[in-house]
Amino acid sequence: MGRYLTSTNRIRAIQLEILSPAMATATATANLPRRRLSQGTRHTINGLLFASPWIFGLLVFWIYPTLASAYYSFTKYNGVRNPTFTGLANYIELFTKDEEFLAAVYNTVYFAVVSIPLAIIFAFGLAMMLNAKIRGQVVYRTIYFLPTLVPEVALALVWIFIFTPHNGLIAAPFRAFGSRGPCWLTCAEWARPTLVLLALWIIGQQIILYLAGLQDVPQDLYDAADVDGANFLSKFRNVTVPILTPVVFFHLITSVIGALNFFAIPYIMTGGTGFPANSTLFYSIYLYKNAFHYLEMGYASAMAWLLFMFTLVVTLVIFRSARLWVFYAGGED
Amino acid sequence: MVADSQPANTQFAQDHARRVMAKRIRGIFRSILIHASLIPAAFVFTLPFLWMLSTSLKPDVQFYAYPPVVIPSPFQWSNYPDAVKFITFFLYLRNTLTIAVLATIGVLISSSLVAYSLARIPWRGRNFLFILTVATLMLPFQVTMIPLFLVFKNLGWVNSWLPLIVPHWFGGALYIFLLRQFFMTIPMELSEAARIDGANELKIYYSIILPLSKPALATVAIFEFIARWRDYIGPLIYLSDQEQYTLSLGIYEYQTQYGAEWGLLMAASVLITLPIIMLFFFLQKTFVQGIALTGIKG
Repeated sequence: MGRYLTSTNRIRAIQLEILSPAMATATATANLPRRRLSQGTRHTINGLLFASPWIFGLLVFWIYPTLASAYYSFTKYNGVRNPTFTGLANYIELFTKDEEFLAAVYNTVYFAVVSIPLAIIFAFGLAMMLNAKIRGQVVYRTIYFLPTLVPEVALALVWIFIFTPHNGLIAAPFRAFGSRGPCWLTCAEWARPTLVLLALWIIGQQIILYLAGLQDVPQDLYDAADVDGANFLSKFRNVTVPILTPVVFFHLITSVIGALNFFAIPYIMTGGTGFPANSTLFYSIYLYKNAFHYLEMGYASAMAWLLFMFTLVVTLVIFRSARLWVFYAGGED
Repeated sequence: MVADSQPANTQFAQDHARRVMAKRIRGIFRSILIHASLIPAAFVFTLPFLWMLSTSLKPDVQFYAYPPVVIPSPFQWSNYPDAVKFITFFLYLRNTLTIAVLATIGVLISSSLVAYSLARIPWRGRNFLFILTVATLMLPFQVTMIPLFLVFKNLGWVNSWLPLIVPHWFGGALYIFLLRQFFMTIPMELSEAARIDGANELKIYYSIILPLSKPALATVAIFEFIARWRDYIGPLIYLSDQEQYTLSLGIYEYQTQYGAEWGLLMAASVLITLPIIMLFFFLQKTFVQGIALTGIKG
């Protein structure tokens, strides 16, 4: 029925929902009876009204910028003059001429491939140990969570300080053996592994996730395994791991996205220079520099879209693979 | 006991006792083993913060001392007042707080309204909107970064707090998702009964759903406040006037052309970290539930 309402009536109907019930009844009896609106229409109007901030936000802060950046990626654009269309030039230049771009891709992929499996193993392992009925679980959990609370700026700066070669705290154990120790963040061959190591410090959230998952594992599964005489290893393989695969799945997806966006910490540490020898030049840093230092907004947009496509493909592959290894307790389907 | 007269049972009881004993010893052994690996891990995890704290109380000469000075002597407390004076700390604190509080209020109001629509009002298209919402979580921020910057530039908002606050008044995807999951757990009968009694949706939202969702709302508030407090790239892109700086940009000023003022820098770092750690200590349960809620109940 609502379909036949004129637009003014529609607005009136919307007002009716917002105004106080007393007033609504008053207006309704005087003018347009509210019963004329079917339940479904009323729900649609209310639903849209309540969602309207986000519908607006989606359009203005997400959909428009996404489309705009797709367009900019085919242009030369400094953000001031009108963009000039250059076709695929940006993309071609990225892949054929830009060595810094290739370095950034390499560094980012290296970081993702090395740090994500390590993060999964460490977070899972620590959560397993925390889940054993031991004293001080809450204290440990708090401590492991601590680095994720320190603002990135403070964390990055204290890391620079600790990882100062020869003088920093990290050099102390090496000096005890008369060695100078690695060069950490100051040489190309050590900078990448050092950043992987540093990223392992901030896995507190994941530890909590795994811990929550472990606490959800029904005890009777373990009891049943005990009756069958299963040892620790087979309980781990056949009960714990399958039940936690959804958490691993979630961790994998979020950390892929996180690793591809890795920005603040290396940017603060090097001022975005990629020092030494572009070994800390990550994709997001190079993109940011193109956009805001060189004012190559079109070029940076092409990089952003490539990143988007890559993220999409990787997450799709992970989602696709989920049916092979992610176990949902609710059963198949 | 009767068992005493029966040798078989005595045997059984002894076996049982031995087994219990063995199990207990194994348990103790196991917990020692676990602590032996958890304690070094805990040490490593606290190290950045401990070193920050220790350095913040050191005189210059001890920064790079070998062997490292763990507990400074004497405590150089003056690093703290000096740190606050060296940069316009309280101005940056005020800026950071203003942005964080206003963004948090905005995100709470807007996200809860949207989540209410998605979880509690059966309307066509809400599933589509929900899928779009989740999809934005996959979108790298770099994709929207440049056009958004240009939009705000054309509005004349660059170099003001507005780009750091206003978008949050239109909802945050992660929080909408989190609140929707929570709102769905509230029995639908409550809404239906209220509708029959003539309550409109705004009233149901305000006087039924919100009061029942305090833990989830608290989680959203804390997450957003901390995210804004720690935010680095937002201020980096939008704030160029020193008057507008937040703490995460202002902290750079301890690095002068003569090198970094490590003692002051670490004192300031302690000052900006401590409020968050205190929040965490007092609201640990909310944190843990919130993290679990975003992660698993998907």
